[in-house]
Amino acid sequence: MNDMTPVTTLKDWETDQEVRWCPGCGDYAILKAVQRTLPMLGADPKNTVFVSGIGCSSRFPYYVESYGFHTIHGRAPAVATGIKLANPALDVWLVTGDGDGMSIGGNHTMHVLRRNLDCQILLFNNEIYGLTKGQYSPTSRVGTPSPTSPVGSVDRPASPCAFALGSGARFVARGYDVSKDLPEVLQAAYRHRGAAFVEIFQNCIVYNKDRFDDFTAKAVAADNQIQLRHGEPLLFAKETKGLALDLETLSLKVVDVADGDWQAAGVAVHNVRNRGLAHMLVEMPFGAFPMALGVIYDDPAPTFESAVVEERARLTAGKTADLARLLGKGQTWVVEDRHAQ
Amino acid sequence: MGPGKVGAEAVVVRFAGDSGDGMQLTGGQFTLSTALAGNDLATFPDFPAEIRAPQGTLFGVSAFQINFGSSEITTAGDAPDVLVAMNPAALKTNIHALKPGGLVIIDTGEFTRRNLEKAKYEADPVEDGSLARWDVLAFDISALTMEAVKPFGLGNKEALRCKNMWTLGLALWMFDRDRQPLVDWLNAKFAQHPVLAQANVAALNAGHAYGETAELAGPLRKQHIDPVPSEPGLYRTITGAEAVSLGLVAGAQLAELPMFFGGYPITPASAILHHLVKMKEFGVTTFQAEDEIAAICAAIGASYAGHLGVTSSSGPGLALKGEAMGLAIMTELPLVIVNSQRGGPSTGLPTKTEQSDLYQAVYGRNGDAPLPVIAARSPADAFECAIEACRIATQFMTPVILLTDGYIGNASEPWKVPDPATFTPFPAHFLEGPNGPDNTVLPYTRDDRGVRPWIRPGTEGLMHRIGGIEKALGTGNIDYSPAAHQAQTDARKARIDGVARAIPAQDVCLGTEGGTLAVVGWGSTFGPIHQAVRRARRRGLDVSHVHVRHIWPLPENLGDLLARFDKVLVPEMNTGQFKTVLRDRFLIDAVPLSKISGQPFAIAELEEAIGRFFDGIPDNEGGVVSVNDTQLPAPEIEQP
Repeated sequence: MNDMTPVTTLKDWETDQEVRWCPGCGDYAILKAVQRTLPMLGADPKNTVFVSGIGCSSRFPYYVESYGFHTIHGRAPAVATGIKLANPALDVWLVTGDGDGMSIGGNHTMHVLRRNLDCQILLFNNEIYGLTKGQYSPTSRVGTPSPTSPVGSVDRPASPCAFALGSGARFVARGYDVSKDLPEVLQAAYRHRGAAFVEIFQNCIVYNKDRFDDFTAKAVAADNQIQLRHGEPLLFAKETKGLALDLETLSLKVVDVADGDWQAAGVAVHNVRNRGLAHMLVEMPFGAFPMALGVIYDDPAPTFESAVVEERARLTAGKTADLARLLGKGQTWVVEDRHAQ
Repeated sequence: MGPGKVGAEAVVVRFAGDSGDGMQLTGGQFTLSTALAGNDLATFPDFPAEIRAPQGTLFGVSAFQINFGSSEITTAGDAPDVLVAMNPAALKTNIHALKPGGLVIIDTGEFTRRNLEKAKYEADPVEDGSLARWDVLAFDISALTMEAVKPFGLGNKEALRCKNMWTLGLALWMFDRDRQPLVDWLNAKFAQHPVLAQANVAALNAGHAYGETAELAGPLRKQHIDPVPSEPGLYRTITGAEAVSLGLVAGAQLAELPMFFGGYPITPASAILHHLVKMKEFGVTTFQAEDEIAAICAAIGASYAGHLGVTSSSGPGLALKGEAMGLAIMTELPLVIVNSQRGGPSTGLPTKTEQSDLYQAVYGRNGDAPLPVIAARSPADAFECAIEACRIATQFMTPVILLTDGYIGNASEPWKVPDPATFTPFPAHFLEGPNGPDNTVLPYTRDDRGVRPWIRPGTEGLMHRIGGIEKALGTGNIDYSPAAHQAQTDARKARIDGVARAIPAQDVCLGTEGGTLAVVGWGSTFGPIHQAVRRARRRGLDVSHVHVRHIWPLPENLGDLLARFDKVLVPEMNTGQFKTVLRDRFLIDAVPLSKISGQPFAIAELEEAIGRFFDGIPDNEGGVVSVNDTQLPAPEIEQP
């Protein structure tokens, strides 16, 4: 994290590179949101590294005026781990997609989360493989038609946020490309020390157009999404509905709120440190429930790189780096110089 | 050179027993006492992949061979002079290697009907005369051990565990060794359990005392091997895995860089990670990754951030790292990749040695993806090779593969401890300010050697983007135009080819710079080739030994050097991979000599192959010279 607070503007974070996403792609909005957020955070371009894998999302680093590393498919978390361990002072952002982060790189996503490396992981979820021309992805809903599933996909999708919680993530949040709340979510992710996992629903204009309309379209947004804020009641649909704990099933239920009296309706209050609540919020089936957006879980724990630094301090306490002594360690013997005697 | 013959220059001893019998430990301690006695030595640990195979089975036999003597030793020896067989299975799988007239020491306490059945013996070989070709010393070591440790009140199982120390005591007596270092070692090892320490010391002493008495009656005789006259200085024993670890630490120090080591457990490479975790005061960060791919990717990330990134693995793990190596090549970042080769393909022979990853190292990536490859010839040589790998990686901004193998990794030999003050430093440089017009940064401008600048994130004014996608010269911006790809591919190749100008010229390590036959080796075949060529030269044959460290690029003079020989023989523990490289690079008629049994070459095998070039060129000229595998037979084992 930066100690200094250099004054940057959105322009300072733009590169001279021609952006190569399809016109209308949700990635443009996410890029702008990130570039707008970075100055608010007091981030310093020279101490900022964007690391990505492969896919449409992973072209992201080329468009941010900072250090950037466009690596190989699925492996950005591993590269980021090396960068952060080598220089913990750097701000590391990881940009990945549903194919990159949940499929080929699922293993690394799991491990970067459970180790709790201090970084921000932005997983752009468009529920499709865009760059390879539209095959169904590990987050595609059952029945998604695509070149590799002409009559609709049959495999069940993974839930990135549930995966993240299951992997031991200490920060899980959700947003979507054109959401005005996205910068707020990104700021919270940045402020969290440790691995901060942010799923960002992103519209693929070419292969999976308007896939998230049922909760992002203006007409239905209020009814079908719930914006989570720590310490505030879980209300949606213009505060006419809320989420309450169903003590019989030990899960959430939707309740009606009359006259704004959410307490009478038993509506729960959001607590970002409540892991059980976080699990319930990401498990809510959409349709019967609204889509939970915002910071779902935020409960910091010691970070991986700090543990590595501390371990090294413990192991090296009182030792000096004497190469000659190291080489001559163990059971040794001396051959005398016979001529010298 | 049987035991007891006065004036023997070198002796080969093999300890063989069940995987649970502590044979590797016994061998290791015997090695240490041999080194302390001033003998030159070479060892060959040979153990099964299973940690604790079912007791008494043929596939559960673990063996440790040591060759030691009063003159230079470069191999673990062909056939043992002495075999210690702790059970029937160990006898069955190893007796055929023993020299005729050699001594076999047998623990009859383990020769029960059940153990004989497990070893598939129909009759007790100690009794049926089938061991007549050898001197047999068969007695109940188990009972003698139990007797020796009786005062300490150990349970049956614990008491029998002291058998290996009893055997070691006997071996120490046979070769006139000091027991004290072993006693010290046992006391330190069992500091928390003084009773175990006392029991083991008692067993050691009892074995030693048995030698004194048995000498009068049996084939057992004491012999003394004089210390080898060696250069004055401080010595220690070192395994290849230790040497690689120390070399990497030294290399990072010489480059003035912190080191980042990413590894994933795999046999036989894990030992390097085990050693490096204990060297963190040298600026070493170790990372046990979730898989081989993460291990190399994290190392690449660390190199990008300004550390010397290192990763290590063995054959199958190297295959997994292939794509990431391409990334390091494409982004032109320094990286050292150590491959402890083992028998392949797939899982292959995890604990056995082979040299069959040469193609993988030189060619095994997608695209035109050249990188330098270095091969260590012996455990001690691995130290220098690791430094050389660090030097080339940081000076040329490239990944470098260092090849060792299971044999080099596990085997130990005496090593004259070098003085770090004599090493030549090669400090790494980082770009500190803009290198392009108008204060711009050009990460892909190259110097006259084709090397791009190393730029650390965190440096003011040098923000830039790199990646695995094809790029423009200079700026590194995405560019997959035909011209950019041609230019960048040419640049990547030229830089690696240019490494040849920064490595030593190839020498002839034994013999002359031209003549009838050159035996060209690489890697751990050094010892047997060297001895075979030495013996052939003593017989008057015009043969020379050339041993290549720099596999890619090859030394610039190698082609001319080999052209001065009528014939070139290339012995390898693979089906002829380096032979193919030599044929391709120099259009020479290199003849392969292949051995792929998981066992090192025997000197006799190589001598025989060399001889054929002088008794009349073989009919299959240019073809494969087959190997007679009788010297160190791979045990015939029925896998479960």
